[in-house]
Amino acid sequence: MDSVSGVLRKTPLNAVHRASGAKMVDFGGWDMPVQYSGILDEHATVRNKVGLFDVSHMGEIEVRGPQALALVNWVSCNDAAKLAVGQAHYSGLILEGGGFVDDILVHKFADDHFFLCVNASNQDKDFAHIAEQNSLRGFDASVENVGPTLSQIAVQGPRAVETLQKLTATELAPIKYYWFTTGEVSGVPATIARTGYTGEDGFEIYVPNAEAPRLWAELMAAGEEFGIKPAGLGARNTLRLEAAMALYGHEINDELNPLEAGLSWIVKLNKGDFLGKAKLEEIKAAGLKRKLCGFKMTGRGIGRDGYEIQLDGTAAGWVTSGGPGPTVNMNIGLCYLPVEKANTGQVIQVMIRNQAVDAEVIPTPFYKRAK
Amino acid sequence: MYPENYKYTKEHEWILVEGDTGTIGITDHAQHELGDIVYVDLPKAGTGVEQGKALGSVESVKAVSDIYSPITGEVIESNGDLSGAPEKLNSDPHGAAWLVKVKLSNLSEIDGLMSAADYQAYLGE
Repeated sequence: MDSVSGVLRKTPLNAVHRASGAKMVDFGGWDMPVQYSGILDEHATVRNKVGLFDVSHMGEIEVRGPQALALVNWVSCNDAAKLAVGQAHYSGLILEGGGFVDDILVHKFADDHFFLCVNASNQDKDFAHIAEQNSLRGFDASVENVGPTLSQIAVQGPRAVETLQKLTATELAPIKYYWFTTGEVSGVPATIARTGYTGEDGFEIYVPNAEAPRLWAELMAAGEEFGIKPAGLGARNTLRLEAAMALYGHEINDELNPLEAGLSWIVKLNKGDFLGKAKLEEIKAAGLKRKLCGFKMTGRGIGRDGYEIQLDGTAAGWVTSGGPGPTVNMNIGLCYLPVEKANTGQVIQVMIRNQAVDAEVIPTPFYKRAK
Repeated sequence: MYPENYKYTKEHEWILVEGDTGTIGITDHAQHELGDIVYVDLPKAGTGVEQGKALGSVESVKAVSDIYSPITGEVIESNGDLSGAPEKLNSDPHGAAWLVKVKLSNLSEIDGLMSAADYQAYLGE
């Protein structure tokens, strides 16, 4: 499972994607579908109907043992002690310097059992980091990288519940957002979590690799009456951008901290010591220098990832993610700005191919589904 | 698929030459590779363009791509319909979604471009 050899990693659904004519790309060392019918079509399908995503490239790490909670709470900034059994939350693995090792989802299976969903390209690093901290700090816990054995399929959109319900006896409606359960989906033991990365209702289900192709086919059949379509990483990105959800390597990385990224809600400085806490306290006390903001283009053009932001002709920040927002029908983006300029209505200039093009800071998320 | 009377570049532009005027667009292969096109940036009339140099750009949902001029000359018209309907580049790249018309300054440059058959062979490589 290493990409050092230059061979792309494949999910168990790789052949299914290729057979369906998906356009495949190298995504952080994985051979993944970027689109099937087209990004705009897939985006609209997820917003209005239901879409199916293969996100088996994502990593999964199990933490077990009497001090599983202590280890999770040492390496992550949110407070896992607050989780009930069957509940999940968004969190960060934080470095001593305050930046991110990764952003993660923490699921509590039991007092002595936590399940972490981590980014594909970070999974080996994350596992090594958590295992190292476990051994350095002498926790009575075990850490296991179960990513290579599990496939993850995301069923997302307003018809997701009806689609998935056809394949499981587990009653889905009572599962609240960011809660999960275990059950069978089409006879396969599965973790069924009401989570997602699209801004829509939906589920992320974790199943053994061998069952993924059959389950994918059955989900496609179950969703046919609702207009289900497979959706690729292209739509996943436009959907998450409209929902203003962070993407590792863009809004956050090992040098960007959660406070500036607008994620102070996942930083629980009052929970006891954790890795990076001292630095985050120091950053908070000193006052933030910059802040992540949403913007819409008001001039002609699209601000893209990495483009410079100027204020009064001077470099003042950069675009972390930018592109068209198909549902909101604006060209949108996220950017870092000096904290004193990070206010709704602030006019900024995005440097698009050496031309300053006007944009305006607007509130995020850009898109919020009707409840 | 690829009109016989057009000439093609390795960067996937086409040009139709009529007299000393060239109409330039991107190929069906290019639009397919780009995916959903959401924005087109074209030069105004009067702008000079140079063979092999960027004359503008097209943007898909995911990325920006330069359009390289197949020939040297001066822009006499750009396709204003595309700014409001860039998706036409996906549906009719060889027809209604032409990009610019250029007055050619060096007709011999055309000789270095590919025929439809050559271009299709190039795509097949």
